[in-house]
Amino acid sequence: MSDIPNPAAPIADPRGASLLVQDGRTKRRNASEGRFKLYGIVAIAIGLLMLLTLLFTIISRGTGAFQQTYVTLSVPLLEEKLDKNGNRDLAEIKKVSTFGYAPLTKAAFEAKIAESGIETSLKPKAMADLLSKDAAAQLRDYVVANPDLIGSTVEFEFLTNSRVDGYLKGRVSRESIANDKNINAAQLDLVDALIADGSLQKRLNLNFITGADASDARPEAAGMGVAMLGSFAMMLVVLVLALPIGVAASIYLEEFAPKNWITDIIEVNISNLAAVPSIVFGILGLAVFINYMHLPNSAPLVGGLVLTLMTLPTIIISTRASLKSVPPSIRDAALGVGASKMQSVFHHVLPLAAPGILTGTIIGLAQALGETAPLLLIGMVGFIASNPPESIAEGLMAPNSAMPAQIYEWAKRADPAFYERAWGGIIILLVFLISMNAIAVLLRRRFERRW
Amino acid sequence: MGQILTTGAVLPLVTLIAVLALGGYFLARRRAMISAGGDSRKLHSLPSYYGYNAVISVAVPALLALGIWLLVQPMLVQSSVVEMIPAQAVPEGSSVNLIMSDVRRLAEGLDAAVGAGAISDAEATDLTVADNLRAWLAERGVAIGAEVSPEVLQAAQAYREMNALGHVGRNVFVLLLALAGLLLAYRESHADFRARNRVENAIKALLILAASLAILTTVGIVLSMLFETINFFSLHPWTDFFFGASWAPNFRGDSDLSILPLLWGTLYISIIALAVAVPIGLFAAIYLSEYAGPKVRATAKPLLEILAGIPTIVYGLFALLTVGPALVKIFGRGEDGLLGVDWMSGATSVLTAGLVMGIMLIPFVSSLSDDIINAVPQSLRDGSFGLGATQSETIRQVVIPAALPGIVGAVLLAASRAIGETMIVVLGAGAIARISGNPLEAMTTITTRIVSQLTGDSDFASPETLVAFALGLTLFVLTLGLNVLALYIVRKYREQYE
Repeated sequence: MSDIPNPAAPIADPRGASLLVQDGRTKRRNASEGRFKLYGIVAIAIGLLMLLTLLFTIISRGTGAFQQTYVTLSVPLLEEKLDKNGNRDLAEIKKVSTFGYAPLTKAAFEAKIAESGIETSLKPKAMADLLSKDAAAQLRDYVVANPDLIGSTVEFEFLTNSRVDGYLKGRVSRESIANDKNINAAQLDLVDALIADGSLQKRLNLNFITGADASDARPEAAGMGVAMLGSFAMMLVVLVLALPIGVAASIYLEEFAPKNWITDIIEVNISNLAAVPSIVFGILGLAVFINYMHLPNSAPLVGGLVLTLMTLPTIIISTRASLKSVPPSIRDAALGVGASKMQSVFHHVLPLAAPGILTGTIIGLAQALGETAPLLLIGMVGFIASNPPESIAEGLMAPNSAMPAQIYEWAKRADPAFYERAWGGIIILLVFLISMNAIAVLLRRRFERRW
Repeated sequence: MGQILTTGAVLPLVTLIAVLALGGYFLARRRAMISAGGDSRKLHSLPSYYGYNAVISVAVPALLALGIWLLVQPMLVQSSVVEMIPAQAVPEGSSVNLIMSDVRRLAEGLDAAVGAGAISDAEATDLTVADNLRAWLAERGVAIGAEVSPEVLQAAQAYREMNALGHVGRNVFVLLLALAGLLLAYRESHADFRARNRVENAIKALLILAASLAILTTVGIVLSMLFETINFFSLHPWTDFFFGASWAPNFRGDSDLSILPLLWGTLYISIIALAVAVPIGLFAAIYLSEYAGPKVRATAKPLLEILAGIPTIVYGLFALLTVGPALVKIFGRGEDGLLGVDWMSGATSVLTAGLVMGIMLIPFVSSLSDDIINAVPQSLRDGSFGLGATQSETIRQVVIPAALPGIVGAVLLAASRAIGETMIVVLGAGAIARISGNPLEAMTTITTRIVSQLTGDSDFASPETLVAFALGLTLFVLTLGLNVLALYIVRKYREQYE
């Protein structure tokens, strides 16, 4: 008993200080604690800052593509130029090429200047240069669609060229055009006068969402529409092939496969395929689908097949997870009332796992929609997708582009006006991706079951 | 009927098979019901299983045969037509492959002309070169690259003949197979027939087929690259590919095609990317799993993961148009720049691509490490707290060492991602192959060279094109090695605490 310390005796503090005052060592430890925590906060802040910068860049640079500068002119559709015989035969009207329409637009511009009393020293040719190189084709399409209007005078909104558009959007300034042979200061004076007159203005550009790509010289006419159809066709192929094959493979691996080395090999294979660089799938597509099977180059069908192979592992992994989350009691109950193994899986387990499978499939599709690298190798870039496909079969087999490939194509072109298009294209692509992911999240929230 | 038997199109055939299968369903089900005297309780299986059995025995063998035929016929036709082209018919500077593509185009052009009704089938078979074929076809909307030589025309005619024969054979064979399946299933449909077991076994076989598609894909990847790589090494010395010093493809021949400068560029960019992503991702994961409250965690984690869902083309554009010019503003432009130095001339550089790739990899590293840190048992932390350690001391001295193998696995996975990444480097890294230590210079990587060698009009007989397959195989082996290692480490570590 004698070794019990006397409670009354003061305990000698080894560091000789009060509990209420931090000594140097504790201070150091607490400071290092604070620093460590700060590193974490800074790391997250950097990550979020990057996200914000990225989104800000995309939105601030891309929204311009949804607006375009137009100039309104009244064009006399002269009968003697467009329909010499005067019989309104569409085949004859179509024979007049865009060169036949160019003088009309030029004359309309001259008339506009004379009528509004704007003083300029420019020659008519230099005035008409403010219009897009697409303007005559635009007018021709309009006339071919409405042949009855020949002979009358119509108010028509012409695209202006990309320099004028850039001037209104602040991309082109009077300083920056010093070495630009496409536009000069006198032309910009005319643009200012036309703005004051109210006939030249920026407005919503639906053509960017629905239209086709345009050649190097006409960035103002380029749109995403046809590439979007190409992407849809590819997604259709991916959905039709990857979903059934992926679900079938997962059902086998999760419900039927015996535990042996073959199953092991398949499983290791799938997890490795999920991490193979996407460009390798592009090489596979080029070698097998195009060089060996002679499927058409640049066809969305081939792109869809390549993306199917790429998405399969994602779908298999998520399908297996949702099959696994269905409790064994469901299977046992089905087997107990006399269902076969196959019936218990197809009638009971699969319907219960369906929301999870659907969610995984949508996420896999979103991944495939944004993928670019394999598409480069099977030729979905480098040409101008100018006409929308007319049928589903043509949509699958005829050469087309895809949204990310179209963005890449624009990013490579020399004219900065295409960069705005590329950022705008990214906005469209992200809208699709965000809505697909939102649907997946909603589905998960709505149907998720906790067993 | 005659039309269906001779057409080369697949759709009518598939429709016919579908009709037969549907008919088989009702016929077989009815026969089974009749054999049971109309009382379904006397059947071995539910009535619909007899129908499904008929559907499977009609459609599966027929469609399989059709698929195999579609794969094999072009190969056989191609090889027998190639034999027909005499060696002297191949002009200087051309190859049999190019001639073959002319032959194919001519044959398809003739088929199209016959299909459009421009000429009759007999006329197409009797065409001679004297008819000025190229202009004649151009009038009918079929473009041929070169003037048609007698050999090409002869080969094209043989090609058409063989294909027509093949189509008839295919259609007859597949239809007979489908009819035989229908007959067999119909005769089998009897009350005692174990239809359900048969159907379930067939479905199971289909499931196994679907699962083995993963293996087939891997085999396809390896084989498609291996054959072309072997071709490449027969045209180009392998010593130059692995140990040469420079990369200078020259489509007139005599190129230097060494992987070393590309490998250097790839590794340099990956190292910069990891130097950005690993510290940020790791600290973010530590904060989120150890310090953050549920609310912060529920907002910050998904926000960070958005970065992983953004397509790489977006990062590529960000590198080329935003980060690159910003870096030039800092490190370049001489007196006008922020630092007043002139070290960087163009927007594309190792640093540009590396930084942007690092941003892309942050969520990858952070969510993988987050999972791993969360898997460390709470008892280890409690033990450390009980000994008086602060939270950061616990993390540094207990949690991280316990999670280290998993974190290493995560970093390896991120590295394999970085090595295989394409769009960011295609747009952000530049196209100049060199071995240099300066991160502000443009360099090129394996993936960018694969893209540039395989896009555009490539001739699959030249080493300059085939080298892409050797590069692809190297890339595949490299990333596969990293993945297997990482998965092995992560799996082994998980077992430890489960």
